[in-house]
Amino acid sequence: MSSCFKTLSDYGLRSLGYGERLLPKADITLCEQFVLIGSGMIWNIYFAVLALLLGFFFATVLALGKNSHLSLFSAPCRLFIFIFRGSPLFIQFFFAYDLFVLLPRLGFDIDLGFLVVTVETRWLTKAWLGALIVLFFNTSAYAGEIFYGALRAVPSQDLESADAFGFTGFKKFRRIIYPTMLRLAWPSYTNEAIFMFHATTLVFFTGFPAWQQKGDAIYYASYFADKTFNPFVPYPIVGFYFILLTLLIIGLFGFINRRLNKHLPTNERKRLRFNKYNLIR
Amino acid sequence: MFNYCVDPKTIEGLMWLSCYVTTAKHMSFYFSFVVVMGLLSLAAPLAMAFGFAGATASRSSFKIIRSVGKGYLAMIRGIPDIVFFLFIPIALDQAFEYLRHKVLCSDVTEPIRQGNDFVVCAAAKLPLNTAGEWVHDIYGFSLALLAFGFVFGAFAGNVLSGAMAAVPKSQIETGEAYGFSQSQIFRRILIPQMWIYALPGLSNLWMILIKATPLLFLLGIEDIVYWAKELGGIKTGVYEYPHPDWRAWYFGVLMIFYLSLTYLSQSVLDKISARLSQGQATMAGKAG
Repeated sequence: MSSCFKTLSDYGLRSLGYGERLLPKADITLCEQFVLIGSGMIWNIYFAVLALLLGFFFATVLALGKNSHLSLFSAPCRLFIFIFRGSPLFIQFFFAYDLFVLLPRLGFDIDLGFLVVTVETRWLTKAWLGALIVLFFNTSAYAGEIFYGALRAVPSQDLESADAFGFTGFKKFRRIIYPTMLRLAWPSYTNEAIFMFHATTLVFFTGFPAWQQKGDAIYYASYFADKTFNPFVPYPIVGFYFILLTLLIIGLFGFINRRLNKHLPTNERKRLRFNKYNLIR
Repeated sequence: MFNYCVDPKTIEGLMWLSCYVTTAKHMSFYFSFVVVMGLLSLAAPLAMAFGFAGATASRSSFKIIRSVGKGYLAMIRGIPDIVFFLFIPIALDQAFEYLRHKVLCSDVTEPIRQGNDFVVCAAAKLPLNTAGEWVHDIYGFSLALLAFGFVFGAFAGNVLSGAMAAVPKSQIETGEAYGFSQSQIFRRILIPQMWIYALPGLSNLWMILIKATPLLFLLGIEDIVYWAKELGGIKTGVYEYPHPDWRAWYFGVLMIFYLSLTYLSQSVLDKISARLSQGQATMAGKAG
């Protein structure tokens, strides 16, 4: 047991480059597999959380843009959503990576007032930025389509009531349209969030290299499967971690769902059921 | 391909390009598009079969069958599909070899798992070491196909069981009132009525299946992704057709291929949906 604590301190943050440098090669223990694959989960969570947080806002912009009467706004939003929803994420990763590699290697100084940061284009070829951008665009497109559908489904009585009470412009959107849109979109958006977490497993199988063997959960799982030639241990461990994560997301999104539905009479509230029956993907 | 392609270094422009895109390797690249279509046309019915079995099992009156069915449908919700794509082919391969080893080489007493090795006798190897290249290709493709069938079967099972649950209860009760047996109700009432509820989910699934096909690359198949990487990489002067890094172009072509495939599918599916909605007591049906 104490040796497992040793493993935890050696490999617990291995995916970020801390601790033992060499990965276990021979006599691989169950503890090592659990710790290292768990360490890789840090990257899956990093990618999904940031992509979803940023994507949420961009998706709202895309949904409003697609709904616009002016084709100046709606056409680019439609095109963006079509491109990212119509092609496989796997190919998007390859395509984006190969584009980023072709970029000239430049550095830009960004003056933050108290500190000057040099932003370099070669960061785009690293997974932490390049893959994050692809995932961000991808989830924005899917969530944008979900929000657009919900926006179209906002009941017309709600809008008429808003007009009758003198709501206009941004206030009407902020107080009436947006909350209802979110409430209607939420079950599908929960699905999208779960899918996003699952999609992060693709990153290190595409062009983006796992530098110094700093990879995600499935990167280490396939490493173990290659080394021990036994797939029956590492892959179920990944499955275990992801089931935990999925339950966590359902819990969190269910909490938000209850808040969004708070004002409704109890018989009209929709319970959040994760169901691939109504998935939009 | 063409007569003037004998010495590609002496020609340029469009002639060079016409020679370049008709090399033997490019022909393999084009053939891999056929492989993708083949995978789609085989995986879809296989997934439907798996899904139908899963959905039916999850409604079974036997507790064991029911929990197996429910477990199968639930598992895909929590675990990323890529895990299954990596796990299933190698697990199946080892399972087959293990069984063949037990049957064909029962006299061998050494354990199969020796440390980090998986050792079976030569006769149990799949495919046999003596088998030709094409047997290996077919075997690899079949394992990949099974993985696709299994994963998308679980997706389809969720759609179908949702659709079965959506058939109005009163329809089933009417069947019971007329003295139908449980299997008659299943065949005559539940199945014919569920399709309209399953259609949106199944259309969605078809799109997901299309977008999952490049994952063949992860299963070690020489698919479009493999060839795009292979052909697009930098070719120095020692090659017949030297060129800089063209991978972005090749993957751009793949993007266009998939975009047109999904666009085409979407317009066909919209037509089917409109056709099936006719006369239904829904908003879409009344509008038409």
